[in-house]
Amino acid sequence: MKLLIIAGPPSSGKTSLVKQIVKKMRGEMKIAFFKIDVVKAFEDVELHKDFGILTRKYCSGDLCPDHAGVMVLGDAVEWAASNQAELFIVESAGLCLRCSPYLNQGLGIIVLSSIAGIHAPEKMGAMVTLADIAIVTKIDLVSQAEREVLVQKIKETHSSVILMETNALQGTSLHRLYDLIRNSGDIDAANLVLKGNPPLGTCTICVGKKEIGWKHHFGVIQKLDGQTAEYLYRGE
Amino acid sequence: MIKEITILPGLDKAGMRESFSEITLTAGETVSIVGPTGSGKTAFITDIELLAQEDTATKRRVLINGLIPDNEVRCNPCLKPIAMITQNTKCFADLSTEEFLQIHARARGIKDTKVIEDTIDLANKFTGEKIVRTSKVTVLSGGQTRSLLVADAILIGASPIILLDEIENAGIFKQEVVKIIQNTGKIIVFVTHDPVIALLTQKRIIMQNGAVRKVIFRSNQEVKAANNLLELDKKVGIIRERLRAGKKITKELVSVSFA
Ligand SMILES: Nc1nc2c(ncn2[C@@H]2O[C@H](COP(=O)(O)OP(=O)(O)OP(=O)(O)O)[C@@H](O)[C@H]2O)c(=O)[nH]1
Ligand SMILES: Nc1ncnc2c1ncn2[C@@H]1O[C@H](COP(=O)(O)OP(=O)(O)OP(=O)(O)O)[C@@H](O)[C@H]1O
Ligand SMILES: [Mg+2]
Ligand SMILES: [Mg+2]
Ligand SMILES: [Zn+2]
Repeated sequence: MKLLIIAGPPSSGKTSLVKQIVKKMRGEMKIAFFKIDVVKAFEDVELHKDFGILTRKYCSGDLCPDHAGVMVLGDAVEWAASNQAELFIVESAGLCLRCSPYLNQGLGIIVLSSIAGIHAPEKMGAMVTLADIAIVTKIDLVSQAEREVLVQKIKETHSSVILMETNALQGTSLHRLYDLIRNSGDIDAANLVLKGNPPLGTCTICVGKKEIGWKHHFGVIQKLDGQTAEYLYRGE
Repeated sequence: MIKEITILPGLDKAGMRESFSEITLTAGETVSIVGPTGSGKTAFITDIELLAQEDTATKRRVLINGLIPDNEVRCNPCLKPIAMITQNTKCFADLSTEEFLQIHARARGIKDTKVIEDTIDLANKFTGEKIVRTSKVTVLSGGQTRSLLVADAILIGASPIILLDEIENAGIFKQEVVKIIQNTGKIIVFVTHDPVIALLTQKRIIMQNGAVRKVIFRSNQEVKAANNLLELDKKVGIIRERLRAGKKITKELVSVSFA
């Protein structure tokens, strides 16, 4: 199973990009989609309805969604694999933007909107610097000069990132992305580790821990299935 | 070196194949794209800017010197041989005019910092109210932004292919613009609703329903018509400037002859 982790600020065009990927790739591989958000998410229903792919979501409530993502991602990978998915796409919520949800395997994609402000890439830190691919969306709304100024800023933040620009509503110029997905290797689910330091928020228990999954965790996040009776989850 | 770009046919809005076999634009050529609103003019030049490879709404392909351009050329401004002035020219970048141009010059790999000053000076030839180098690009007016971006395209973009989408719309001095970009050895493409600009170009591409319907070469008669229109346009320009300056219109300016 190939893995794609898509991060980026709210409304940057993550779902629009996912739709283009699904439209292009669903004939080639079985796709599962997972959305992590805070209070509400509609992507699961929408993508299932539009493309008939396997979808799921998780809402993190009071917690930083990237933190919640770190915990439930192990379950989610298992869920996708057990459903014979060949491509697993994870869309993060990306709220505080200090976090980076990318793993040591698969592809990490940062989605940035052309109109989000010129300083966004610098401010976002790890979410940009640890990504494999940066996709700039909404290029239909700005001048070429401004696009190039933003691209330059991203390059100065992360010089080795693979950069692409798109109008995500039309899916323009994404051939290279599709090729990168096709050529990315299968993941080894037993050895998934975060690339960056985990998003901490206020949790001191997991400082510096990069392991994915429940067996390393003590906290308030519930598992993807069940465990609703007890508010405080105490680890396994 | 850009000798020519070639546009290969795509699909119209109904999904039907366009009827031309290929359109080649060669260095030094000026072209206008005309047609009703919504007919796909912007889409056509956007295909050129993106160096489309059947991965845009129109499914066209664009070749440079007969070859498929490299991935790297498509998304590295330093290598991109194309500068485009888009229809929407609102800047969102929270930068001063100077900083904006500095970063863009870096993006285009230009070392000489004098280009910043030159660009602002050139922009100020196009626009009425002067642009100050310290003013934020977000507070420039529509016409000022457009003037700045045209100047930027010429001096910083400095590309062998320049695409201009309805430059007539922002009330900038189009005669100035036209003078500067004619006879440069570049490929210059105007999307336009303006008869003067359309007649000033050597070739006209007519759009309809998302497709190229016709390519027309300018006739000698049209060259004459263009010159007449240009005279007329100058007069209109004088009247416009007088009105803008709060002056009255005199008798000799009112009588227009179409000789
Ligand atoms: N014009 C234009 N609009 C876009 C583009 N990409 C996304 N949008 C619009 O931007 C809005 C947000 O896009 P989404 O794809 O939902 O963004 P998101 O990152 O998934 O948002 P969240 O999941 O809510 O954080 C929608 O209204 C899209 O239609 C683009 O390239 N061009
Ligand atoms: N061949 C095509 N196939 C599908 N969609 C197309 C095609 N050509 C254009 N379109 C779409 O049609 C819409 C209108 O096109 P476009 O903006 O290029 O029109 P225009 O001629 O520039 O209009 P205006 O004069 O108002 O600027 C756009 O959303 C564009 O993406
Ligand atoms: Mg979304
Ligand atoms: Mg247009
Ligand atoms: Zn924790």
